[in-house]
Amino acid sequence: MYSEVTTAMKGRTIRRHFRESIKSIGRNGWMTLASISAVTVTLLLVGVFTIIMMNLNKVADDIENDVEIKVLIDIIADPTQAKTAEDKLMSEIKGLSGVNEAVYSSKEHELDLLIEDYGEDLSLFEQSNPLNNVIYVKAKDPQKTASVAKQITKLENVNDVKYGEGKVEKLFNVLNTSRNVGLVLILGLLFTAIFLISNTIRITIIARKDEIEIMKLVGATNSFVRIPFVLEGMWLGILGSIIPIAVVSIVYVNIFNILQPKLHGELLQLLDVTPLLYQVNALILVMGILIGIWGSFMSVRKFLKV
Amino acid sequence: MIQMKNVVKKYPNGVVAANGISIDIKKGEFVYVVGPSGAGKSTFIKLMYREEKPTSGDVIIAGINLSTLKKRQVPYLRRQLGVVFQDFKLLPRLNVYENVAFALEVIEENPKEIRKRVMEVLDLVGLKHKVRMFPDELSGGEQQRVSIARSIVNKPKVVIADEPTGNLDPETSWEIMNIFEEINTRGTTIIMATHNREIVNTIRKRVIAIEGGLIVRDVFGGDYGYEG
Repeated sequence: MYSEVTTAMKGRTIRRHFRESIKSIGRNGWMTLASISAVTVTLLLVGVFTIIMMNLNKVADDIENDVEIKVLIDIIADPTQAKTAEDKLMSEIKGLSGVNEAVYSSKEHELDLLIEDYGEDLSLFEQSNPLNNVIYVKAKDPQKTASVAKQITKLENVNDVKYGEGKVEKLFNVLNTSRNVGLVLILGLLFTAIFLISNTIRITIIARKDEIEIMKLVGATNSFVRIPFVLEGMWLGILGSIIPIAVVSIVYVNIFNILQPKLHGELLQLLDVTPLLYQVNALILVMGILIGIWGSFMSVRKFLKV
Repeated sequence: MIQMKNVVKKYPNGVVAANGISIDIKKGEFVYVVGPSGAGKSTFIKLMYREEKPTSGDVIIAGINLSTLKKRQVPYLRRQLGVVFQDFKLLPRLNVYENVAFALEVIEENPKEIRKRVMEVLDLVGLKHKVRMFPDELSGGEQQRVSIARSIVNKPKVVIADEPTGNLDPETSWEIMNIFEEINTRGTTIIMATHNREIVNTIRKRVIAIEGGLIVRDVFGGDYGYEG
């Protein structure tokens, strides 16, 4: 007799569901094509946009990491005293929790750098060098550069601390804003993708609502009706992500190969192909599958109440 | 086999389609349900396979009280019944064989048994040679025979038919009726809502007439009783 025992689904029933879902993809022809196209177009947008945003984000990170603090050391006449004072200051700076790295640069080296930038005219200063010895400091978190600089100011034998006060804060503001805008755009795009894909799937399922009703009338349980549809959604997601993955990979590899040699030594750098494409392609595939499954699940649910 | 006790069905729009129906149908009976359109025939039928739930009263099928049946148990009730519709309700993307087999896949029958039983019933309805055809390649009569095959393939105790000949020409209707009679002689209870006067008057069976949500007549071997 009828019992509540639904128990575990038999293995052959699970195989049947897989078989049915694949068969259905073939037999639904145009509807399948429509769904796959929707998945393809939106995932392509998502992929391209993600790659652009991740690269912009890298540029922002690179710019941030380029920010450093220049610590001018007091001029001390006695060389031995100067040496101990500078060593002490160096170890104090390195002891600060927010400091990532500290590099010493003598005043002679500093002058060489200036001469490099401004020309031999400055070489007459080599007789009496007016510059200070310097320690360059990078903060662990570039955004906290100002507070690290403040801590260094309080240390002994520090003449001055420069990190582009005012400018750095503005730069960080711009970078943060652009990151947030990018994030919002990506989220908006994801939302659109979910909406568009699940709506297309919904339309194809509405076209088959009679089928669902008939299955229920013959005594199919909800899960028996639902599982093939959900699996079909999964296939649609997988099939729909093939073209985006191929296009994104081929285009990015080509762009990378063309641009990367020209950017050699510049601050602006592209993200390497290997981790980036794996990440973005995984994102595309997983999104396709999840949205396909979710869209089918939600659409079928509506028609199960027969 | 089928019992109804003071069944009332009131739809949300205020229509009262069953206004205190009580009936007792024994195992192996063949019952026509007749009455003018909108009199409550369809509701009477739908109450039996739990497409509609009674507002009050009890519907008991094969010992199962449908009024207290939980939603998730409904599929298990429907496996005890075979249902045949005027519009056949075949799955358009499945071929003849798959449509019939579906009723057995649902109960997770083993594939060997499915094959055997499906061919048996398709033989019974005379469609053994068209197993690979799709519903839209079949005539109305053939589609209805597929639908009947599906309804009996898991050996239900009751077959419920809602105007099974409504869309068919007279000759085909007789063929369909022969199949129902054959099924009935094998011991299956049959409830059939129909408008077909000729059939009711020729193949004499128990006739239940419904008007205004009430049973106005219940005669064994009765006639159709309405002017064509």
